[in-house]
Amino acid sequence: MTNRPEPEFVSWLPFYTLLQKEIRRFLRVASQTLVTPVITATLYLFIFGATLGERISVLENFSYAQFVIPGLILMGVINNSFSNVASSLFMSRYLGNIVDLLVTPVTPTQFIMAYTLAAMLRGLAVGMIVWLISCLFAILPWAHPLAAVGMACLASFLFAQFGIIAAIHADNFDSLSMYTNFIILPLIYLGGVFYPISILPPLWASLSHLNPLFYLIDGFRYALLGVGDLPFPVSFGVGVTMSLVLFFWAASLIARSYRLRN
Amino acid sequence: MSAPALVIRNLSKVYDGTPAVNDISFTIETGEIFGLLGPNGAGKSTTINMIGGVTHIGGGSIEIFGHDNQSDYRTTRRQVGVMHQEIVIDNFFTIDQALQFHAGYYGVRNDEIWRQRLIERLGLGPHLHKVMIKLSGGLKRRFMIAKALIHKPRLLILDEPTAGVDVELRHTLWDFVREINRQGTTILLTTHYLEEAEQMCDRIAIMNHGKLIALQATRTLLKELGTRSLLVSLQTPVQGLPENLCGQGAELDSTGTMLQLTMSAGQSTGDLLKCLCDTDLPIADIETRKASLEEIFLQLTKAGKVEP
Repeated sequence: MTNRPEPEFVSWLPFYTLLQKEIRRFLRVASQTLVTPVITATLYLFIFGATLGERISVLENFSYAQFVIPGLILMGVINNSFSNVASSLFMSRYLGNIVDLLVTPVTPTQFIMAYTLAAMLRGLAVGMIVWLISCLFAILPWAHPLAAVGMACLASFLFAQFGIIAAIHADNFDSLSMYTNFIILPLIYLGGVFYPISILPPLWASLSHLNPLFYLIDGFRYALLGVGDLPFPVSFGVGVTMSLVLFFWAASLIARSYRLRN
Repeated sequence: MSAPALVIRNLSKVYDGTPAVNDISFTIETGEIFGLLGPNGAGKSTTINMIGGVTHIGGGSIEIFGHDNQSDYRTTRRQVGVMHQEIVIDNFFTIDQALQFHAGYYGVRNDEIWRQRLIERLGLGPHLHKVMIKLSGGLKRRFMIAKALIHKPRLLILDEPTAGVDVELRHTLWDFVREINRQGTTILLTTHYLEEAEQMCDRIAIMNHGKLIALQATRTLLKELGTRSLLVSLQTPVQGLPENLCGQGAELDSTGTMLQLTMSAGQSTGDLLKCLCDTDLPIADIETRKASLEEIFLQLTKAGKVEP
């Protein structure tokens, strides 16, 4: 009996391959994954930047377009980071091709990091394009550029984790879309994308502090404009805490292969 | 001496209170072609899924080439290639891309010679750049075989690989399986085509209701459990069995022209022929017949009695 030599095992290759596959997946349908969200954001920019924006003023020394752009960028980052991992992982479960990964030596850490990084890449790419298009409507001062990049990365990381959790818990396409329609969208719209929380009546302003998206949006706006409702360390700290909570939640699901194996 | 390809000890799995796999144990030696047979719902796929890592183990243990498939899963999964019963593909990608991804998931760099060999042997060449959704059922099956082998596993698991495929692909597949087996790959296969199992497998295990009800070398199984009989065609119909054939397990069909004599253990064809010669039956033709694996399988799964 002859034996083929056993191929050399490259331990990082499973992670790199899964990341590469996830990136190629969203690039393959770029019209849905990159172009559509950019068009949506551009419409918002047109409405709030070029038309209504000239009649509204919510922040001293800044146009309404300048006020709303950070929120629109972050909205693109959040939605796309979430959708990327949620749709890809859920489809794999739904179609059954998740078994192709389950039989391989991909570790839970590699699994989470590959899905997360691909989701972050898509979210940040959409955010970047929205920012570039927003330059046609208003120029942002980029008061704290590093903080802005950090906050965007944090937001995309956080919603990638949420995407993993949603994809695992969803039973069908309806329940998956409920995460977007009934959780993410309301939180974004009520989180201060279009108005500063400080102009709300005290009760609503207090309730807004329970919205995790408020901290991310406010922190990102502070980093870009230099003004915000909260000190930046508070926003960033809350973002880091939420990211860690969701990361450990997602990691525990993946490590146990919850609803993946069997 | 090298460790066996697969050692299963007291493996169990319960779904919603119903045991799908019930305390089974067996070993597959390196280089074997091992058949795991059983009716639908016998627990074959659950067993295979536990070996491959798709399903959590309910109880017991699985060792692959001496490594535990729970604590040392990164080692064991590299050594196993699984072709699943259901067609599972990612419609986004072409065959070419998907094969590259699958090698990568196993931590194996692209081996162009091996990849080309798989593509060639499985006839995937002209379809390499087609997206999965555009492939026919047969091509998807071929791709799944290539996918299971792309990382050069030492143990290849084929879960009903020929279900719903044409004769040509069936031959291609079995020729290829024999070829890679000769080169050292151990094969564990399930199939509903028992003739294939009879021809391919060195040993056969039969499962029913989650339990192992037989485990023998294929030849031994056929020899020990397979009955032999003589089929005697008569020139003219007869009314009843001659006296000396009564008690010999003889049966006359309703037309009175076909007689079947079943040989008991230790009885030879000569003994039966002698009994026949002592009768005045108008014999036209005689045919000897051995029970096929299919008959043994039906006999065992209906009775569910034989212990390995």
